[in-house]
Amino acid sequence: MNGYRNAFRRAFPYTIPVFTGYIFIGIAFGVMYAEKGYSFLWAILMSVLVYAGSGQYLAVNFFVPGISFLHIIFMTLMVNVRHIFYGISLLEKFNKIGRKRWYMIFALTDETYSLLCTTKIPRDVDAEKFLFAISVLDHSYWILGSAIGAIAGTILPINSQGIDFAMTALFLVIFVEQWFEKKNRIPEVIGVAVALVCLWIFGADNFILPTMIIVIAVLFIGKKRLDEKTLSVDDNKESEVSGTCR
Amino acid sequence: MPIDALTSLLIILVVAVTTFATRVVPFLLFPKGKEIPPMIQYLGKVLTPAVIGMLVVYCLRNTTITQRPYGAAELISCVTVVGLHIWKRNNLLSIGVGTVLYMVLIQMVFV
Repeated sequence: MNGYRNAFRRAFPYTIPVFTGYIFIGIAFGVMYAEKGYSFLWAILMSVLVYAGSGQYLAVNFFVPGISFLHIIFMTLMVNVRHIFYGISLLEKFNKIGRKRWYMIFALTDETYSLLCTTKIPRDVDAEKFLFAISVLDHSYWILGSAIGAIAGTILPINSQGIDFAMTALFLVIFVEQWFEKKNRIPEVIGVAVALVCLWIFGADNFILPTMIIVIAVLFIGKKRLDEKTLSVDDNKESEVSGTCR
Repeated sequence: MPIDALTSLLIILVVAVTTFATRVVPFLLFPKGKEIPPMIQYLGKVLTPAVIGMLVVYCLRNTTITQRPYGAAELISCVTVVGLHIWKRNNLLSIGVGTVLYMVLIQMVFV
């Protein structure tokens, strides 16, 4: 258990940006769900079992008479389809982990995925427990945020409009960190460029699926050149403890 | 509650299972012990930076740039986060300053 305590203590600072973001977008979800007439226990139940930001925002609209379950499944798949990407980068890392990995797969949100892939694991901590701690901490922030929102969201005195920018800022910071490693630059540019073009063509609600397909196609077409880059640049100096997905 | 508790519970379960399905697919296709094909290994390596790029765009997808203030709050805040991070390389500082700046901009400046 001592190993876990150390892992949680060491993981916490890395999760503070997610804490800020999840508390407030969790509150927004809690408020929305409570306005539908559901008590905070329902909000907590959904945040424990589903654990998906945009997915749960969308799901609030499902609680109407006569909703079709096929519609629910289809809409949920569409809004969460980007998650299929995440496992591909974490196969090697997660397959080393025991039964805990099933929870960690369940808990793969955008933010947790980014932290798991890009955080450099401190040397004096058990890597598995450290990654598990990140997953559990992020999940707990989300549950806490939705509970606060459902219980007290409407009477909170602060104007939190715009606080969800913390998530954008988190991804920007990770983007810059990745940029410092030369081999990541071309994939990053591909991701941004394809997403922008698809956003322009398909619009904000429908651009992720085409983006994913085109990104994969471009990465495959460029495999030869990107492979050379990956091998030649800084692959050798990356140590075993590096948190980069590989 | 607009619908009964049992249906509500079913809805939550269906959303939970569907969401989990999107996360678990790669792990079912390439379970423990099965060798991961080189193409997928390659994809796993280059996909992370590409996805981070995609997520930045995803977060900013609802920014309006065709009318005033032309996404100025987002632009200023993003440039601040990136600049600050290149300069100081302190995660919490970059995210904290960027977020507060964005909140001030949309609540007080570009109202």
